[in-house]
Amino acid sequence: METLIDGLREALRLITGFDPALLEVVGLTLRVTGGALLLATLIGLPLGAALGLRNRIPAGGCVLPIIYTGMGLPPVVVGLFVYLLLSNRGPLGGLEWLFTPTAMIVAQTIIALPLIVGLTLTALRSIDPTVKLQVRSLGATRAQLAWTMMLEARLGVLAAVIAAFGGIISEVGAVMLVGGNIEGQTRVLTTAIVLETRRGNFALALALGIILLGLAFAANYLFHRLSDE
Amino acid sequence: MSSIYYLTDLQQTYNGRRVLDIDRLEIGRGEALAVLGPSGAGKSTLLRLLNFLERPSGGTLTFDGRAVADEWPLEQRRRVTTVFQRPALLHRSVVANLTYGLRLRGKKLAAAERDAWLDRLGLAHLAGQSAPRLSAGEAQRVALARALVLQPDVLLLDEPSANLDPYNIGLIERLVAEARRRDDPAATGMTIVWVTHDIFQARRVADRVAFLLNGRLVEEADAATFFTAPATPQAEAFLRGELVYEEKMLQ
Repeated sequence: METLIDGLREALRLITGFDPALLEVVGLTLRVTGGALLLATLIGLPLGAALGLRNRIPAGGCVLPIIYTGMGLPPVVVGLFVYLLLSNRGPLGGLEWLFTPTAMIVAQTIIALPLIVGLTLTALRSIDPTVKLQVRSLGATRAQLAWTMMLEARLGVLAAVIAAFGGIISEVGAVMLVGGNIEGQTRVLTTAIVLETRRGNFALALALGIILLGLAFAANYLFHRLSDE
Repeated sequence: MSSIYYLTDLQQTYNGRRVLDIDRLEIGRGEALAVLGPSGAGKSTLLRLLNFLERPSGGTLTFDGRAVADEWPLEQRRRVTTVFQRPALLHRSVVANLTYGLRLRGKKLAAAERDAWLDRLGLAHLAGQSAPRLSAGEAQRVALARALVLQPDVLLLDEPSANLDPYNIGLIERLVAEARRRDDPAATGMTIVWVTHDIFQARRVADRVAFLLNGRLVEEADAATFFTAPATPQAEAFLRGELVYEEKMLQ
Protein backbone atom coordinates (compact mmCIF):
# COMPACT_ATOMS: atom_id res chain seq x y z
CA MET A 1 0.00 0.00 0.00
CA GLU A 2 2.84 2.31 0.90
CA THR A 3 4.51 1.54 -2.42
CA LEU A 4 1.31 2.42 -4.22
CA ILE A 5 1.07 5.82 -2.53
CA ASP A 6 4.76 6.40 -3.11
CA GLY A 7 4.26 5.49 -6.73
CA LEU A 8 1.45 7.97 -7.14
CA ARG A 9 3.49 10.68 -5.42
CA GLU A 10 6.52 9.88 -7.58
CA ALA A 11 4.41 9.94 -10.73
CA LEU A 12 3.05 13.34 -9.79
CA ARG A 13 6.56 14.63 -9.05
CA LEU A 14 7.92 13.34 -12.35
CA ILE A 15 5.10 14.77 -14.39
CA THR A 16 4.93 18.17 -12.72
CA GLY A 17 8.72 18.44 -12.67
CA PHE A 18 8.96 17.77 -16.42
CA ASP A 19 11.77 15.36 -15.64
CA PRO A 20 13.96 15.39 -18.78
CA ALA A 21 14.77 11.68 -18.65
CA LEU A 22 11.09 10.90 -18.33
CA LEU A 23 10.16 13.23 -21.17
CA GLU A 24 12.67 11.46 -23.37
CA VAL A 25 11.24 8.04 -22.55
CA VAL A 26 7.67 9.27 -23.09
CA GLY A 27 8.69 10.98 -26.33
CA LEU A 28 10.28 7.82 -27.70
CA THR A 29 7.32 5.69 -26.63
CA LEU A 30 4.97 7.95 -28.57
CA ARG A 31 7.30 8.11 -31.55
CA VAL A 32 7.73 4.35 -31.78
CA THR A 33 4.11 3.42 -31.12
CA GLY A 34 2.76 6.33 -33.18
CA GLY A 35 5.04 5.49 -36.10
CA ALA A 36 4.14 1.82 -35.99
CA LEU A 37 0.44 2.60 -35.70
CA LEU A 38 0.61 4.96 -38.66
CA LEU A 39 2.46 2.43 -40.81
CA ALA A 40 0.20 -0.44 -39.82
CA THR A 41 -2.87 1.70 -40.55
CA LEU A 42 -1.57 2.79 -43.95
CA ILE A 43 -0.89 -0.81 -44.93
CA GLY A 44 -3.64 -2.52 -42.96
CA LEU A 45 -6.72 -0.47 -43.92
CA PRO A 46 -6.40 -1.00 -47.69
CA LEU A 47 -5.51 -4.64 -47.13
CA GLY A 48 -8.43 -5.19 -44.76
CA ALA A 49 -10.73 -3.36 -47.18
CA ALA A 50 -9.56 -5.41 -50.15
CA LEU A 51 -10.23 -8.63 -48.25
CA GLY A 52 -13.40 -7.52 -46.50
CA LEU A 53 -15.13 -6.25 -49.63
CA ARG A 54 -14.74 -9.46 -51.58
CA ASN A 55 -17.68 -11.80 -51.63
CA ARG A 56 -15.26 -14.66 -51.34
CA ILE A 57 -11.76 -14.32 -50.01
CA PRO A 58 -9.27 -16.13 -52.21
CA ALA A 59 -7.95 -19.13 -50.29
CA GLY A 60 -10.18 -17.79 -47.51
CA GLY A 61 -10.01 -21.08 -45.68
CA CYS A 62 -6.36 -20.35 -44.96
CA VAL A 63 -6.07 -16.58 -45.07
CA LEU A 64 -8.57 -15.80 -42.32
CA PRO A 65 -7.15 -18.21 -39.72
CA ILE A 66 -3.69 -16.85 -40.46
CA ILE A 67 -4.84 -13.28 -39.91
CA TYR A 68 -6.76 -14.19 -36.77
CA THR A 69 -3.73 -16.03 -35.39
CA GLY A 70 -1.68 -12.95 -36.19
CA MET A 71 -4.04 -10.91 -34.03
CA GLY A 72 -2.74 -12.82 -31.04
CA LEU A 73 0.94 -12.90 -31.98
CA PRO A 74 3.13 -12.98 -28.86
CA PRO A 75 5.18 -9.77 -29.10
CA VAL A 76 8.27 -11.55 -27.90
CA VAL A 77 8.07 -13.96 -30.85
CA VAL A 78 7.75 -11.04 -33.25
CA GLY A 79 10.71 -9.46 -31.49
CA LEU A 80 12.77 -12.58 -31.95
CA PHE A 81 11.83 -12.78 -35.62
CA VAL A 82 12.74 -9.14 -36.26
CA TYR A 83 15.91 -9.59 -34.22
CA LEU A 84 17.03 -12.48 -36.42
CA LEU A 85 16.11 -10.51 -39.52
CA LEU A 86 18.09 -7.43 -38.48
CA SER A 87 21.01 -9.01 -36.65
CA ASN A 88 24.44 -8.77 -38.22
CA ARG A 89 24.14 -12.17 -39.82
CA GLY A 90 20.47 -11.71 -40.71
CA PRO A 91 19.25 -10.99 -44.24
CA LEU A 92 18.61 -7.35 -43.38
CA GLY A 93 21.64 -6.94 -41.10
CA GLY A 94 23.20 -4.50 -43.54
CA LEU A 95 20.57 -1.91 -42.63
CA GLU A 96 22.08 -1.65 -39.13
CA TRP A 97 18.66 -1.09 -37.63
CA LEU A 98 19.04 -3.42 -34.66
CA PHE A 99 18.96 -1.60 -31.31
CA THR A 100 17.51 1.53 -32.92
CA PRO A 101 13.98 2.97 -32.70
CA THR A 102 13.50 1.96 -36.35
CA ALA A 103 13.77 -1.71 -35.41
CA MET A 104 11.22 -1.12 -32.65
CA ILE A 105 8.83 0.49 -35.14
CA VAL A 106 9.26 -2.45 -37.51
CA ALA A 107 8.46 -4.95 -34.75
CA GLN A 108 5.42 -3.05 -33.49
CA THR A 109 4.12 -2.59 -37.03
CA ILE A 110 4.17 -6.36 -37.44
CA ILE A 111 2.25 -6.78 -34.19
CA ALA A 112 -0.33 -4.13 -35.09
CA LEU A 113 -0.88 -5.11 -38.72
CA PRO A 114 -2.96 -8.31 -38.27
CA LEU A 115 -5.12 -6.54 -35.69
CA ILE A 116 -5.94 -3.75 -38.12
CA VAL A 117 -6.43 -6.04 -41.11
CA GLY A 118 -8.49 -8.59 -39.17
CA LEU A 119 -10.77 -6.14 -37.40
CA THR A 120 -11.24 -3.99 -40.52
CA LEU A 121 -12.24 -6.93 -42.65
CA THR A 122 -14.57 -8.21 -39.94
CA ALA A 123 -16.20 -4.79 -39.67
CA LEU A 124 -16.72 -4.73 -43.44
CA ARG A 125 -18.06 -8.25 -43.59
CA SER A 126 -20.62 -7.52 -40.90
CA ILE A 127 -22.33 -4.86 -43.02
CA ASP A 128 -25.76 -6.00 -44.23
CA PRO A 129 -25.21 -7.42 -47.77
CA THR A 130 -28.29 -5.56 -48.96
CA VAL A 131 -26.45 -2.29 -48.31
CA LYS A 132 -23.67 -3.32 -50.68
CA LEU A 133 -26.20 -4.35 -53.30
CA GLN A 134 -28.11 -1.11 -52.79
CA VAL A 135 -25.01 1.06 -53.16
CA ARG A 136 -24.10 -0.68 -56.40
CA SER A 137 -27.70 -0.36 -57.57
CA LEU A 138 -27.51 3.39 -56.96
CA GLY A 139 -24.67 3.54 -59.46
CA ALA A 140 -21.47 3.39 -57.43
CA THR A 141 -18.19 2.61 -59.13
CA ARG A 142 -15.92 0.05 -57.48
CA ALA A 143 -13.93 2.78 -55.74
CA GLN A 144 -17.09 4.58 -54.61
CA LEU A 145 -18.45 1.32 -53.25
CA ALA A 146 -15.25 0.65 -51.30
CA TRP A 147 -15.18 4.15 -49.85
CA THR A 148 -18.87 4.04 -48.88
CA MET A 149 -18.41 0.67 -47.19
CA MET A 150 -15.41 1.97 -45.24
CA LEU A 151 -17.53 4.88 -44.04
CA GLU A 152 -20.34 2.47 -43.11
CA ALA A 153 -17.83 0.40 -41.12
CA ARG A 154 -16.13 3.43 -39.63
CA LEU A 155 -16.79 2.53 -35.99
CA GLY A 156 -15.34 -0.93 -36.52
CA VAL A 157 -12.37 0.51 -38.40
CA LEU A 158 -11.69 2.94 -35.58
CA ALA A 159 -11.96 0.08 -33.11
CA ALA A 160 -9.33 -1.75 -35.16
CA VAL A 161 -6.94 1.17 -34.81
CA ILE A 162 -7.69 1.48 -31.09
CA ALA A 163 -7.07 -2.22 -30.52
CA ALA A 164 -3.79 -2.03 -32.40
CA PHE A 165 -2.72 1.01 -30.41
CA GLY A 166 -3.53 -0.70 -27.12
CA GLY A 167 -1.69 -3.79 -28.25
CA ILE A 168 1.58 -2.08 -29.08
CA ILE A 169 1.87 0.74 -26.56
CA SER A 170 1.69 -1.81 -23.78
CA GLU A 171 3.93 -4.51 -25.24
CA VAL A 172 7.39 -5.03 -23.85
CA GLY A 173 8.75 -8.23 -25.38
CA ALA A 174 9.42 -7.00 -28.89
CA VAL A 175 10.83 -3.56 -28.09
CA MET A 176 13.05 -5.08 -25.40
CA LEU A 177 14.55 -7.62 -27.81
CA VAL A 178 15.07 -5.42 -30.86
CA GLY A 179 15.60 -2.11 -29.05
CA GLY A 180 17.74 -3.33 -26.21
CA ASN A 181 16.43 -0.81 -23.67
CA ILE A 182 19.41 1.50 -24.12
CA GLU A 183 19.16 4.60 -22.00
CA GLY A 184 18.64 7.72 -24.03
CA GLN A 185 18.29 5.73 -27.24
CA THR A 186 15.78 2.90 -27.17
CA ARG A 187 14.25 3.06 -23.70
CA VAL A 188 10.46 3.28 -23.72
CA LEU A 189 7.97 3.25 -20.86
CA THR A 190 7.43 -0.50 -20.76
CA THR A 191 11.11 -1.41 -20.86
CA ALA A 192 11.86 1.25 -18.27
CA ILE A 193 9.23 -0.30 -15.98
CA VAL A 194 10.91 -3.70 -16.29
CA LEU A 195 14.28 -2.20 -15.52
CA GLU A 196 13.15 -0.17 -12.51
CA THR A 197 11.27 -3.16 -11.11
CA ARG A 198 14.40 -5.28 -11.35
CA ARG A 199 16.38 -2.56 -9.62
CA GLY A 200 13.86 -2.54 -6.82
CA ASN A 201 12.70 1.01 -7.56
CA PHE A 202 9.09 0.01 -7.21
CA ALA A 203 7.76 3.50 -6.72
CA LEU A 204 9.46 4.73 -9.87
CA ALA A 205 8.31 1.66 -11.81
CA LEU A 206 4.79 2.23 -10.62
CA ALA A 207 5.01 5.91 -11.52
CA LEU A 208 6.03 4.97 -15.04
CA GLY A 209 3.16 2.50 -15.15
CA ILE A 210 0.72 5.20 -14.13
CA ILE A 211 2.08 7.50 -16.84
CA LEU A 212 1.73 4.70 -19.41
CA LEU A 213 -1.88 4.15 -18.41
CA GLY A 214 -2.47 7.89 -18.53
CA LEU A 215 -1.12 8.03 -22.09
CA ALA A 216 -3.23 5.07 -23.16
CA PHE A 217 -6.29 6.66 -21.60
CA ALA A 218 -5.62 10.01 -23.28
CA ALA A 219 -5.26 8.35 -26.68
CA ASN A 220 -8.38 6.24 -26.21
CA TYR A 221 -10.32 9.27 -25.05
CA LEU A 222 -9.29 11.01 -28.25
CA PHE A 223 -10.36 8.03 -30.36
CA HIS A 224 -13.63 7.87 -28.48
CA ARG A 225 -14.35 11.53 -29.17
CA LEU A 226 -13.60 10.89 -32.84
CA SER A 227 -16.11 8.06 -33.00
CA ASP A 228 -18.75 9.97 -31.07
CA GLU A 229 -20.98 11.30 -33.81
CA MET B 1 -37.93 -1.15 -80.93
CA SER B 2 -40.14 0.06 -78.13
CA SER B 3 -39.04 -2.45 -75.51
CA ILE B 4 -36.45 -1.29 -73.04
CA TYR B 5 -35.67 -4.85 -71.92
CA TYR B 6 -35.63 -7.94 -74.02
CA LEU B 7 -34.86 -11.25 -72.31
CA THR B 8 -34.26 -14.48 -74.16
CA ASP B 9 -33.50 -17.81 -72.48
CA LEU B 10 -32.29 -15.90 -69.45
CA GLN B 11 -31.09 -18.26 -66.76
CA GLN B 12 -29.60 -17.90 -63.34
CA THR B 13 -28.09 -20.74 -61.36
CA TYR B 14 -26.78 -20.66 -57.80
CA ASN B 15 -24.64 -23.59 -56.68
CA GLY B 16 -26.05 -25.78 -59.41
CA ARG B 17 -29.65 -24.89 -58.55
CA ARG B 18 -31.50 -23.13 -61.31
CA VAL B 19 -33.55 -20.33 -59.79
CA LEU B 20 -34.56 -18.51 -62.95
CA ASP B 21 -35.24 -19.67 -66.48
CA ILE B 22 -37.19 -17.23 -68.62
CA ASP B 23 -37.69 -18.12 -72.27
CA ARG B 24 -38.75 -14.73 -73.40
CA LEU B 25 -39.87 -11.49 -71.78
CA GLU B 26 -40.16 -7.98 -73.14
CA ILE B 27 -40.61 -4.97 -70.95
CA GLY B 28 -41.98 -1.93 -72.71
CA ARG B 29 -40.57 1.54 -72.34
CA GLY B 30 -42.58 3.52 -69.80
CA GLU B 31 -44.81 0.65 -68.75
CA ALA B 32 -45.48 -0.47 -65.20
CA LEU B 33 -44.97 -4.21 -65.01
CA ALA B 34 -45.92 -6.10 -61.88
CA VAL B 35 -43.95 -9.27 -61.28
CA LEU B 36 -46.16 -11.58 -59.28
CA GLY B 37 -45.49 -14.94 -57.73
CA PRO B 38 -45.04 -16.76 -54.44
CA SER B 39 -41.81 -16.67 -52.43
CA GLY B 40 -38.97 -18.43 -54.16
CA ALA B 41 -40.39 -17.83 -57.62
CA GLY B 42 -37.25 -16.01 -58.73
CA LYS B 43 -38.69 -12.49 -58.61
CA SER B 44 -35.78 -10.90 -56.75
CA THR B 45 -33.26 -12.72 -58.92
CA LEU B 46 -34.96 -11.29 -61.97
CA LEU B 47 -34.64 -7.77 -60.55
CA ARG B 48 -30.95 -8.21 -59.75
CA LEU B 49 -30.39 -9.26 -63.33
CA LEU B 50 -32.40 -6.32 -64.65
CA ASN B 51 -30.26 -4.02 -62.49
CA PHE B 52 -27.06 -5.65 -63.83
CA LEU B 53 -26.07 -6.58 -60.28
CA GLU B 54 -25.43 -10.18 -61.29
CA ARG B 55 -24.31 -11.89 -64.42
CA PRO B 56 -26.79 -14.39 -65.80
CA SER B 57 -25.50 -17.93 -66.09
CA GLY B 58 -27.09 -18.21 -69.51
CA GLY B 59 -29.15 -16.42 -72.13
CA THR B 60 -29.24 -12.81 -73.21
CA LEU B 61 -30.37 -9.67 -71.51
CA THR B 62 -30.82 -6.79 -73.90
CA PHE B 63 -31.22 -3.31 -72.45
CA ASP B 64 -32.07 -0.42 -74.72
CA GLY B 65 -30.93 -2.33 -77.78
CA ARG B 66 -27.63 -3.45 -76.29
CA ALA B 67 -26.74 -6.91 -75.07
CA VAL B 68 -23.68 -7.03 -72.90
CA ALA B 69 -22.10 -10.31 -71.96
CA ASP B 70 -19.57 -9.14 -69.45
CA GLU B 71 -19.64 -6.00 -67.33
CA TRP B 72 -22.23 -3.35 -68.07
CA PRO B 73 -20.80 0.12 -68.65
CA LEU B 74 -21.36 2.55 -65.80
CA GLU B 75 -23.55 4.94 -67.78
CA GLN B 76 -25.92 2.05 -68.60
CA ARG B 77 -25.98 0.83 -65.02
CA ARG B 78 -26.82 4.32 -63.82
CA ARG B 79 -30.05 4.41 -65.83
CA VAL B 80 -31.54 1.70 -63.63
CA THR B 81 -31.93 1.51 -59.87
CA THR B 82 -33.66 -0.69 -57.30
CA VAL B 83 -35.54 -0.06 -54.10
CA PHE B 84 -35.29 -3.19 -51.96
CA GLN B 85 -37.67 -4.60 -49.40
CA ARG B 86 -35.39 -3.39 -46.64
CA PRO B 87 -34.53 0.28 -47.01
CA ALA B 88 -30.73 -0.27 -46.65
CA LEU B 89 -30.08 3.33 -45.67
CA LEU B 90 -26.54 4.44 -44.95
CA HIS B 91 -25.50 5.49 -41.46
CA ARG B 92 -25.80 9.14 -42.36
CA SER B 93 -28.40 11.87 -42.14
CA VAL B 94 -31.69 11.70 -44.00
CA VAL B 95 -30.55 14.39 -46.43
CA ALA B 96 -27.20 12.66 -47.04
CA ASN B 97 -29.09 9.48 -47.90
CA LEU B 98 -31.50 11.34 -50.16
CA THR B 99 -28.67 12.87 -52.17
CA TYR B 100 -26.29 9.89 -52.08
CA GLY B 101 -26.95 8.62 -55.60
CA LEU B 102 -26.67 12.10 -57.04
CA ARG B 103 -23.34 12.66 -55.32
CA LEU B 104 -22.06 9.40 -56.82
CA ARG B 105 -22.74 11.06 -60.17
CA GLY B 106 -21.04 14.28 -59.10
CA LYS B 107 -24.39 16.07 -58.99
CA LYS B 108 -26.14 18.08 -56.33
CA LEU B 109 -29.73 18.53 -55.31
CA ALA B 110 -30.79 22.19 -55.26
CA ALA B 111 -31.92 23.34 -51.83
CA ALA B 112 -35.43 24.13 -53.06
CA GLU B 113 -35.78 20.73 -54.66
CA ARG B 114 -34.40 19.03 -51.57
CA ASP B 115 -36.94 20.80 -49.37
CA ALA B 116 -39.73 19.90 -51.78
CA TRP B 117 -38.71 16.24 -51.54
CA LEU B 118 -38.59 16.31 -47.76
CA ASP B 119 -42.05 17.88 -47.71
CA ARG B 120 -43.43 15.30 -50.09
CA LEU B 121 -41.95 12.53 -47.93
CA GLY B 122 -43.38 14.09 -44.79
CA LEU B 123 -39.86 14.21 -43.38
CA ALA B 124 -39.10 17.93 -43.35
CA HIS B 125 -38.68 17.87 -39.57
CA LEU B 126 -36.21 14.96 -39.77
CA ALA B 127 -33.83 16.28 -42.45
CA GLY B 128 -30.76 16.24 -40.22
CA GLN B 129 -31.78 13.11 -38.34
CA SER B 130 -29.52 10.09 -38.48
CA ALA B 131 -31.16 7.63 -40.90
CA PRO B 132 -30.94 4.52 -38.68
CA ARG B 133 -33.27 6.24 -36.19
CA LEU B 134 -36.14 6.45 -38.65
CA SER B 135 -39.18 4.22 -38.40
CA ALA B 136 -39.62 1.51 -41.04
CA GLY B 137 -42.09 3.59 -43.03
CA GLU B 138 -40.01 6.75 -42.88
CA ALA B 139 -36.89 4.83 -43.88
CA GLN B 140 -38.57 3.25 -46.90
CA ARG B 141 -39.87 6.64 -48.02
CA VAL B 142 -36.30 7.97 -47.93
CA ALA B 143 -35.05 4.91 -49.83
CA LEU B 144 -37.67 5.44 -52.52
CA ALA B 145 -36.95 9.15 -52.81
CA ARG B 146 -33.21 8.42 -52.99
CA ALA B 147 -33.95 6.38 -56.10
CA LEU B 148 -36.49 8.79 -57.59
CA VAL B 149 -34.26 11.89 -57.39
CA LEU B 150 -31.97 10.10 -59.84
CA GLN B 151 -34.81 10.14 -62.41
CA PRO B 152 -33.83 6.70 -63.62
CA ASP B 153 -35.13 5.32 -66.89
CA VAL B 154 -36.07 2.17 -65.02
CA LEU B 155 -37.16 1.89 -61.41
CA LEU B 156 -37.08 -1.62 -60.00
CA LEU B 157 -39.11 -2.20 -56.84
CA ASP B 158 -38.50 -5.36 -54.82
CA GLU B 159 -41.50 -5.57 -52.51
CA PRO B 160 -40.81 -2.09 -51.17
CA SER B 161 -43.95 -1.96 -49.08
CA ALA B 162 -44.13 -5.57 -47.89
CA ASN B 163 -43.36 -4.66 -44.27
CA LEU B 164 -45.30 -1.42 -44.10
CA ASP B 165 -48.63 -0.26 -42.72
CA PRO B 166 -51.48 0.81 -45.04
CA TYR B 167 -50.66 4.51 -44.64
CA ASN B 168 -47.07 4.02 -45.79
CA ILE B 169 -48.08 1.60 -48.53
CA GLY B 170 -50.42 4.29 -49.90
CA LEU B 171 -47.66 6.88 -49.68
CA ILE B 172 -45.14 4.69 -51.51
CA GLU B 173 -47.61 3.93 -54.29
CA ARG B 174 -48.51 7.59 -54.61
CA LEU B 175 -44.84 8.67 -54.81
CA VAL B 176 -44.19 6.20 -57.61
CA ALA B 177 -47.32 7.26 -59.47
CA GLU B 178 -46.35 10.93 -59.15
CA ALA B 179 -42.83 10.23 -60.37
CA ARG B 180 -44.21 8.59 -63.49
CA ARG B 181 -46.59 11.47 -64.17
CA ARG B 182 -44.04 14.17 -63.46
CA ASP B 183 -41.82 12.93 -66.21
CA ASP B 184 -41.55 14.94 -69.38
CA PRO B 185 -44.78 14.12 -71.27
CA ALA B 186 -42.84 14.07 -74.54
CA ALA B 187 -40.61 11.27 -73.24
CA THR B 188 -41.89 7.76 -72.79
CA GLY B 189 -41.54 8.06 -69.01
CA MET B 190 -40.10 5.96 -66.25
CA THR B 191 -40.36 2.20 -66.65
CA ILE B 192 -41.46 0.47 -63.47
CA VAL B 193 -40.92 -3.17 -62.60
CA TRP B 194 -42.70 -3.81 -59.36
CA VAL B 195 -42.14 -7.15 -57.64
CA THR B 196 -44.87 -7.97 -55.20
CA HIS B 197 -46.75 -10.94 -53.83
CA ASP B 198 -49.73 -8.73 -53.09
CA ILE B 199 -52.21 -9.15 -55.93
CA PHE B 200 -54.23 -6.14 -54.80
CA GLN B 201 -51.16 -3.94 -55.01
CA ALA B 202 -50.35 -5.32 -58.45
CA ARG B 203 -53.87 -4.44 -59.51
CA ARG B 204 -53.49 -0.88 -58.27
CA VAL B 205 -50.09 -0.13 -59.80
CA ALA B 206 -49.55 -2.22 -62.91
CA ASP B 207 -50.37 -1.95 -66.60
CA ARG B 208 -49.14 -5.46 -67.21
CA VAL B 209 -48.39 -8.54 -65.13
CA ALA B 210 -45.73 -11.21 -65.35
CA PHE B 211 -46.50 -14.23 -63.20
CA LEU B 212 -43.50 -16.30 -62.11
CA LEU B 213 -43.52 -19.73 -60.57
CA ASN B 214 -40.47 -21.79 -59.69
CA GLY B 215 -38.25 -19.56 -61.78
CA ARG B 216 -40.40 -19.84 -64.88
CA LEU B 217 -42.53 -17.21 -66.53
CA VAL B 218 -45.90 -18.91 -66.41
CA GLU B 219 -48.11 -16.16 -67.71
CA GLU B 220 -47.78 -12.67 -69.05
CA ALA B 221 -50.75 -10.46 -69.77
CA ASP B 222 -52.07 -6.95 -69.45
CA ALA B 223 -53.37 -6.33 -65.96
CA ALA B 224 -57.07 -6.28 -66.77
CA THR B 225 -56.89 -9.62 -68.52
CA PHE B 226 -54.68 -11.25 -65.93
CA PHE B 227 -56.91 -10.38 -63.02
CA THR B 228 -60.24 -11.11 -64.69
CA ALA B 229 -59.40 -14.03 -66.96
CA PRO B 230 -56.07 -15.69 -66.14
CA ALA B 231 -55.06 -18.12 -68.83
CA THR B 232 -53.27 -20.71 -66.71
CA PRO B 233 -54.58 -22.82 -63.81
CA GLN B 234 -51.52 -21.82 -61.73
CA ALA B 235 -52.27 -18.11 -62.06
CA GLU B 236 -55.91 -18.77 -61.31
CA ALA B 237 -54.96 -20.67 -58.16
CA PHE B 238 -52.57 -17.89 -57.13
CA LEU B 239 -55.29 -15.28 -57.60
CA ARG B 240 -57.66 -17.37 -55.49
CA GLY B 241 -55.12 -17.04 -52.71
CA GLU B 242 -53.85 -20.57 -52.93
CA LEU B 243 -50.14 -20.82 -52.65
CA VAL B 244 -49.00 -22.55 -55.75
CA TYR B 245 -45.98 -24.66 -55.23
CA GLU B 246 -44.55 -27.29 -57.46
CA GLU B 247 -42.26 -29.66 -55.67
CA LYS B 248 -40.47 -30.53 -58.83
CA MET B 249 -38.18 -27.73 -59.83
CA LEU B 250 -37.20 -26.97 -63.36
CA GLN B 251 -35.72 -29.80 -65.24
